[in-house]
Amino acid sequence: MQTVKIVVTGPFNAGKTEFIRSVSEIDVVSTERKISAEAEKVKSTTTVAMDFGRITVDDDLVLYLFGTPGQKRFDFMWEILSEGMLGFVVLVDSSRPETFREARTILETFRAYAPTPYVVAANKQDKDDAWDLDDMRVALRLDSKVKFLPVVATDKEKVKKVLLELLYSILAEMEAGGA
Amino acid sequence: MALRGNLRDFTITQLLNLINLAKKTGTLVIEGPGDFAWVAFREGKLAYAQIGREDNSLPAILHRSSKISAPQYRMIKERASSMTDKELGLLLINAGYLNQSDILDSLQQYFVGVVRRLFTWVEGTFRFEADQMPPSGLIPVRIDLENLIIEGARQLREWEQLQEEIPSLDMALKFMDRPGTNLRNINLSVEEWRVVSYVNPKNTMRQIAQATKMNDLEIRRVIYGLLQAGLVEIVRPGGATLTNQRMFPTTNKDEQKSLVNRLINRIRSI
Repeated sequence: MQTVKIVVTGPFNAGKTEFIRSVSEIDVVSTERKISAEAEKVKSTTTVAMDFGRITVDDDLVLYLFGTPGQKRFDFMWEILSEGMLGFVVLVDSSRPETFREARTILETFRAYAPTPYVVAANKQDKDDAWDLDDMRVALRLDSKVKFLPVVATDKEKVKKVLLELLYSILAEMEAGGA
Repeated sequence: MALRGNLRDFTITQLLNLINLAKKTGTLVIEGPGDFAWVAFREGKLAYAQIGREDNSLPAILHRSSKISAPQYRMIKERASSMTDKELGLLLINAGYLNQSDILDSLQQYFVGVVRRLFTWVEGTFRFEADQMPPSGLIPVRIDLENLIIEGARQLREWEQLQEEIPSLDMALKFMDRPGTNLRNINLSVEEWRVVSYVNPKNTMRQIAQATKMNDLEIRRVIYGLLQAGLVEIVRPGGATLTNQRMFPTTNKDEQKSLVNRLINRIRSI
């Protein structure tokens, strides 16, 4: 059995667990814990080690989706999770501009770990206070070439679209590399 | 116990705070990556400061603060080279060239400037030599440290923020692909131009800092400005290419492409 992996990362409460849950064929193996820090109590639980989802492609190939812990004090996990990934998705909460700077830092950290293709996804685009994609692109300092997609992590079709765009980027980069 | 340690563990601001609170007398000796400094304190107040081999004689300081002209500076250096700063200061006051406050203000301004420069030192070692003071021929000043500590604390916050924005100097820079932007139309400072001239995916930020003789704080500050302006982006040294074979269970390129296509088909069908 061959396995490959894609990492889903982003700041705390960006929606990474929901994102994986939407497309995983197994219940997401989550390591959620109750939140202790007052400042982070925008939700009741958070991922402390990783989320783990699976998509079986055929008898011979399985895709694993790994979600990174969002809280900064668990960032030692990031490098371990990024090892050997095909690519990564950076998920950003469109309604929490105070997390944009951290999202940028996470993006650059992951790019430092591995020069693999990536896409950035603006989650919670269904919320009234979600930022426009154009404004977010500026705030996140994303180059016009970087794929930046709207998403609602609970919407399977939108999550599929994000993953497909990442795979198209991987394919395009392989072809550009003369393979 | 000797007061000595590493600037990574104990910042200049924290040292000033300690010296101020404990009303210490002595000299703080700091050895940075490329330079060294001595800062003397009397009962918790700044009394003297010197950085590297910079000329901090009274004539040089007065010249820097424009209290004396270049010809006056040269003449004093020639004719009064054997005089102490105290003797020279008295001579200048008695001769009516300057008054006492001109001299004290210049010295204070210079010493405070030295300490401000030390705030940018984030690497190096320090030791505090208790009761060791500079030679008695120097003019004593007494500068309260509180304002400097506040200024240093602000700079420390900036340093922490810059470290968050630019976690590693071992990455490289490349110009953003913005066809409409012409560098000639952008106002850059001299430091920014110096950094811009080295922007290339082959050069790490650390190498650029060495080439431009900037310390960690200075290079991060300049790069942060360039990042904010959208002129450059951070990349892996040598440029990013898809070469990591561990990503795939096979090294065969055709099999790798086939694998990605299978993934695409599967996700489409979910």
